[in-house]
Amino acid sequence: MKILVCPLNGPRPVSEFAYGGEVRIMPDPDTCSDADWTAYVFNRSGSPGHKYEWWCHIASGYWFVVLRDTLRDVVLKTLPADSVRAGLPPPDARSPSEPAP
Amino acid sequence: MFTQHAALKPAYDVVIIGAGGHGLAAAYYLARDHGVRNIAVLEKGYIGGGNTGRNTTIIRSNYLTPEGVKFYDESVRLWQDLSADFDLNLFYSTRGHFTLAHTDSAMRTMRWRAEVNKHFGVRSEAVDAAFVKQAIPMIDIDCGGHAPILGALYHEPGAIARHDAVAWGYGRGADRRGVEIHQQTEVTGIRVEHGRVVGVDTTRGAIAAPKVLCAVAGFTPRVLDMVGLSTPIYIHPLQAMVSEPVKAWLDPIIVSGSLHVYVSQTARGELVMGASLDPYELHQTRSTLDFVEGLSANMLDLFPFLGEVKVNRQWAGLSDMTPDFAPIMGVTPIEGFYLDAGWGTWGFKATPVCGKTMSHTVATGRNHPLIEGFSIDRFARYQLTGEKGAASVGH
Repeated sequence: MKILVCPLNGPRPVSEFAYGGEVRIMPDPDTCSDADWTAYVFNRSGSPGHKYEWWCHIASGYWFVVLRDTLRDVVLKTLPADSVRAGLPPPDARSPSEPAP
Repeated sequence: MFTQHAALKPAYDVVIIGAGGHGLAAAYYLARDHGVRNIAVLEKGYIGGGNTGRNTTIIRSNYLTPEGVKFYDESVRLWQDLSADFDLNLFYSTRGHFTLAHTDSAMRTMRWRAEVNKHFGVRSEAVDAAFVKQAIPMIDIDCGGHAPILGALYHEPGAIARHDAVAWGYGRGADRRGVEIHQQTEVTGIRVEHGRVVGVDTTRGAIAAPKVLCAVAGFTPRVLDMVGLSTPIYIHPLQAMVSEPVKAWLDPIIVSGSLHVYVSQTARGELVMGASLDPYELHQTRSTLDFVEGLSANMLDLFPFLGEVKVNRQWAGLSDMTPDFAPIMGVTPIEGFYLDAGWGTWGFKATPVCGKTMSHTVATGRNHPLIEGFSIDRFARYQLTGEKGAASVGH
């Protein structure tokens, strides 16, 4: 079974978690164009890559952020939810030792 | 069966990306019905090696929206004489299709679907538990007390077919009419000038073409990146598995949305089984034990006597999902670039009608009337085609 390291609960089986989709920043609905709003509502980045995602540890109801390579299914990093507000670093910032996907 | 072509020509009238059922069907109907024969079908792997060869081969038209019902009904009609059309046995086998309802709200949806279906002349009926038990005597109608079956949507034309043969039949028919199928030829770029397509780059050289059709299922977002088009499509794997062959005992096709199961028995006696999508985005066709355990547990709720039957194989495909569970088809904002995508977990049954409608769309440059509800601009108009109620299992 795949193991996910929860920032609160430590390593747990992935079946204890729910996937909440990619972290996406909402444009300001008062100022953005209709096209931008539509793109935000519907469009997704469908190609593989390093993506920040919302995950929830169901048993403890704890939401957090995972940086994952969606081509290889490798978790690169997990972060607490408030790191979104603080501003996430670019997802493709790889450490030099890490192999390219 | 297929002509080998040593090299690509410098130019074609139409380039089709993806030699699966959908791409080859479009090539076949373009050549047969529209007189367009200077076509290259480019495939990065081999013919029918993607989702055409990975689905669970179920064919039905018992959808929920009028757009869906009309579209899939036309597909079922085309399916029925495809073997004669190809002079190739597709082992098309009409079995009848039961969508089981375990709750009152599911029963309500079944009645709704039955009425929409009947309105459009599609043979579907809401039936009670006794009818289900009579058609499938081996079923545990109470599901061990977990989820008693209250009734079902019975869809008489439900069928299965040999999926590889569909790609071979369309491919051979297209090949005989002069279409070039190039396997192991990956598209690496699409050339767009002043908002219109002018050609594609491949691992075997560049090609000029005024029209490009993209029919690549789970690889759609990667191809769309080449033309800078954003869509709602997201990719999750879908797994399936097959049992060892056993004596014939299951004639109809069974689907349970609540138990996340669909199953049919092949002519060889194997049970072909599927469940819901994998729970998170992934661009890999790996298999998991979670899937086999979960699906087997639910299968045993329906058919406890299968406890000793072994699972022979499991596999996965990449599903290009959309938010409304309807495909994204037809013309795009880029002139000459056509899309046959968003086929998620429901694309195999639509193969013939996709070929028909996309060939019309590519030949004329205008969406075929049957696919107007599936156009890419429906999102900008906030007019979705809500087909989730007819998805084979609850995703």
